[in-house]
Amino acid sequence: MQASVNTANKVSFKSVFLGNRVLLLKITIHMMAFLPLLALYLLAFTEQLGADPVEDVIHFTGIGAFNLLLISLLITPIAKKYRQGYLLQTRRLVGLYSFTYALFHLLNFLAFEVQFDLALFFDEIIDRPYITVGMAALIILLSLAVTSITAIRRKMGKKWQKLHNGVYLAVLLISLHFFWSVKSDIVEPLIYVAMAVFLLSLRKDKIKRWFKR
Amino acid sequence: MLIKTKKNHQLSEQQVTDESVYHSRRDLLKKLGYLGAGSLLAQSVSANAGALDFFNSEKAVLFQRQALKYVQASESSQILTPEAKVTSHNNFYEFGTNKGDPLENAQEFNVNPWQLSISGEVDKPFTLGYDDLFKRFPLEERIYRLRCVEAWSMVIPWVGFGLAELIKKAAPNSRAKYVAFETLYDPKQMPGQDSRRIGGGVEYPYVEGLRIDEAMNPLTFMSVGLYGKTLPAQNGAPIRLVVPWKYGFKSIKSIVGIKLVEHKPPTTWNRLADNEYGFYANVNPEVDHPRWSQASERRITTGGLFARNRIATLPFNGYGEEVSAMYKGMDLRKNY
Repeated sequence: MQASVNTANKVSFKSVFLGNRVLLLKITIHMMAFLPLLALYLLAFTEQLGADPVEDVIHFTGIGAFNLLLISLLITPIAKKYRQGYLLQTRRLVGLYSFTYALFHLLNFLAFEVQFDLALFFDEIIDRPYITVGMAALIILLSLAVTSITAIRRKMGKKWQKLHNGVYLAVLLISLHFFWSVKSDIVEPLIYVAMAVFLLSLRKDKIKRWFKR
Repeated sequence: MLIKTKKNHQLSEQQVTDESVYHSRRDLLKKLGYLGAGSLLAQSVSANAGALDFFNSEKAVLFQRQALKYVQASESSQILTPEAKVTSHNNFYEFGTNKGDPLENAQEFNVNPWQLSISGEVDKPFTLGYDDLFKRFPLEERIYRLRCVEAWSMVIPWVGFGLAELIKKAAPNSRAKYVAFETLYDPKQMPGQDSRRIGGGVEYPYVEGLRIDEAMNPLTFMSVGLYGKTLPAQNGAPIRLVVPWKYGFKSIKSIVGIKLVEHKPPTTWNRLADNEYGFYANVNPEVDHPRWSQASERRITTGGLFARNRIATLPFNGYGEEVSAMYKGMDLRKNY
């Protein structure tokens, strides 16, 4: 009796995790994206982030959002080149984490930098071009995040892909946002612009097709 | 009858951090396990340093601050920024562009021997050696608000002497209309001067300038210390300028040259982006930086992330009474 149970539903570590590359990858993504965010705020709340934690949390979440967005754009080219189709199943998760970081980036600015001075908050978004483009990018990411729910995706049909091509515009706006935000040290933003342009260039055929139509 | 009127910059005694708190701060922070500010580790080469050694194993802490003899500030007003924050949050691009870089990269900076020359349109040019910086002029404490152009601010107890005293000793002639300052140029010691990536693409040596009347203003200060001890390297050791009514970048650090000149000298940030950083750089809530409002600022004191520390910025950083007369008739929107 007992032996038959074991053979019929053999639920072992190996069958659930090692046998399922996607699940394993997703757990890794959760750990690599969520834990740094958690650590950031734990350090910030316990005053271990240096003299001005406000600047630190804003920069960390901003760069983190950009990193994750670039990684999400790297998944498709890698999956195609190395014929690893299962990788595509991780795109949504990475994209959602990028949005999460971007949202925290904005909330940090609202809560800690301008400290809920809403008049100042909206003035800054409108008056400062670098914040305006950053906000535009965030709105694009928000629309992608909301429509990433499977039921909505099904309902949208072909429109879904059109909307999600907006990620290419977002990555350009974020590059500009980063570039304009620094005082003088443009090397790091330039590296990011180069990475963004490279990832877009891998899709040049697709982008060309839009303009032909 | 003697009527004493308080100047704007003289703040009341009750707002000064209590001395016992001031002295026990370091112990307290250690007990709280506050290891974030590396200065605690860097300055007390104790058992704690081991944790930091892991990251920069080669770096011995050469930089030791010395206690100074000075006349204490009799009155002050606002809550002082904790010493650990003053010494760990620095814009000193010669040691890196992130706020924590200078603390990390400046600990091997050698400030003794040092030479500071006063030259140009003067009758008696002279040079100060390291010891002269602390002995030639009587030292006093000044508690000043420091307003960074990035819209954060601190309250810092500096120790030093008036720039006017230094300039008078050199006997400037009638052609001395401006004062030009220069930071040490030593790429071997200052990694930012050696690498565009570390130094933010700034042209070095860092230079600054004041009009002669600004330089002679009693508020203009040459600082050789803070919190009762010599300056840490990251704060501009061994000697720096402090001009409290101007944005922080005017307060040039680690000065080796002061030259009295006839024409307006170039300044580093003006050269870098003249639409953002003018020659005068007077703190002015009415004139925004192109990328952020200057109407308010975040005062960095003891509070952390949740400190409700956003305060209105005052014209001339609150020192208008003492300095605004120098700019009479000038359009401060154009002369920003």
